Amino acid sequence: MTTETLNQAATAAVQAAQQAVTHADSMPFVTIFTIFILAIFVGYHVVWNVTPALHTPLMAVTNAISGIIVVGALLQTVTVGGETISLTSVLGAVAVFLASVNIFGGFAVTERMLDMFKKKKK
Amino acid sequence: MHSLAPYADWAYLVAAILFILALKGLSSPLSAVAGNRYGMAGMALSIIMTLAVAPNPNFALIVVAIAAGAVVGIWRARTVPMTQMPETVAMMHSLVGLAAVLIALAAVHHTGVHHDGVHRFELFVGCFIGGITFTASVVAWGKLSGKLAAKPLKGAWVKPVQIVLATAMFGFGAHYFITETLQSFWIMTALSLVLGYFLIAPIGGGDMPVVVSMLNSYSGWAAAGIGFTLNNSVLIIAGSLVGSSGAILSYIMCKAMNRSLLNVIFGGGMGGETAVAASGDGEQKAYKSGSADDAAFLMSNADSVVIVPGYGLAVSRAQHALQEFAEALAHKGVTVRYAIHPVAGRMPGHMNVLLAEAEVPYEQVLEMEEINSDFSNTDVVLVIGANDVVNPAAQRDKASPIYGMPILEAHKARTVIVVKRSMSAGYAGLDNDLFYMDKTMMVFGDAKKVVEDMLKATQH
Repeated sequence: MTTETLNQAATAAVQAAQQAVTHADSMPFVTIFTIFILAIFVGYHVVWNVTPALHTPLMAVTNAISGIIVVGALLQTVTVGGETISLTSVLGAVAVFLASVNIFGGFAVTERMLDMFKKKKK
Repeated sequence: MHSLAPYADWAYLVAAILFILALKGLSSPLSAVAGNRYGMAGMALSIIMTLAVAPNPNFALIVVAIAAGAVVGIWRARTVPMTQMPETVAMMHSLVGLAAVLIALAAVHHTGVHHDGVHRFELFVGCFIGGITFTASVVAWGKLSGKLAAKPLKGAWVKPVQIVLATAMFGFGAHYFITETLQSFWIMTALSLVLGYFLIAPIGGGDMPVVVSMLNSYSGWAAAGIGFTLNNSVLIIAGSLVGSSGAILSYIMCKAMNRSLLNVIFGGGMGGETAVAASGDGEQKAYKSGSADDAAFLMSNADSVVIVPGYGLAVSRAQHALQEFAEALAHKGVTVRYAIHPVAGRMPGHMNVLLAEAEVPYEQVLEMEEINSDFSNTDVVLVIGANDVVNPAAQRDKASPIYGMPILEAHKARTVIVVKRSMSAGYAGLDNDLFYMDKTMMVFGDAKKVVEDMLKATQH
């Protein structure tokens, strides 16, 4: 085994490791599409079981859950090429703020409504 | 930090399960609070894990943004009156939409990353769904809160404008997809914002329950779209859950209003000409009217009373007085229950929350399917601020525009009391035969004033 092949193998290993780190990029489209379709099925069945009396809290909590978009925002609020402040990081930070309003507001208002349904059990 | 990366997907799996449990909890008020906590835990886990694996996150910016969001969100959640929930929810949808747009723009401008074909496609789809969701929700919020005219934008030019905007939007999106021109991406984003406005402006204020549910769905799809871009499983799963939830709620609302989703989106207002024709017979029909005291007397001597609340009740803020009145009746041995039509409020389940806020016991509040068979055994039905949802024409009159709409069968009760401002027609512009039946007594006046008078009369 020459040093050259060893080097090549090392480079390949590093690349593989990098791909594992940005693991996202290694997921084939059909895999995430499968996740997507199955999640819709789960959502369909779970939501039909929600009692109609709680449809407003359902909307509030799904609002909070759609705040999961914060994950995407966080991944943009990053140092790009050594610049801490860039168009990307600022746009990302504003998106983090908006999504956070949703997350905290959504869960808090759901909690407030559910308390009303509970309280009346005097 | 990157050593945690292999665990990220496992954490996202746990978070996704927690989100599913959050929705599952809502099958009963007893499990709902725990469900909400699961949701919070799932969110916290997702955020922490993302921060742990993100390459070079700018923690200072992130902490400030999250803290500011928490302050604004929690303040709004604590202070918003329950009557304003529909517009609050619409506002929150707009935030998700805007966040999706900003993320897509940030990603497009991310100099360190090259986006391949599939990613560019997902980016532009996520971005325009977000853009439409944003402005559409702002319009819905405006209409619901009365800041914008509830009247639909009308004219033969509206549909061509929508089509041109949509075509141009896809055109610029495709141009970006093929050539990676950033300017095209920005133009597409701008067009999606304008399109969002033109999609909702032609829809009347009365259809907003459907629109709010629909936008709930869009905000989920926007999140899922961004999830595809970032190949992030938790975004896709959470987004799809929200998307299907909103879609189901839209379907339920449409069915309760006897309309198809396409009809709401493209059909403009309801009834219209047919309603005018129906009420054109000009014949003055006789009805009986009585005072609040008479109504209170009838109900005090009944065995069973079913209350049918409509949005008019919430408008005059009569829920609390009504709850006290119901309690006073219960004291006299009357069985009191509430019957809720799915479109009683201005968003799915809205009336239930308004009654819950007024401390009406959950067990007394029944859905349409649960109560309809009981009306024939009910002594008195008290209809307050509701009209179309108790119109028997929906079952009897094939020519009526609301024929086929599911209704609360109040007309089957022994006596019907209707509290209403005047004999004017309801939202659908239709006359209501229920008001002219021999067993019906009309009580005219503001709902709150009438309920308070009834309460006084019962307490004597």
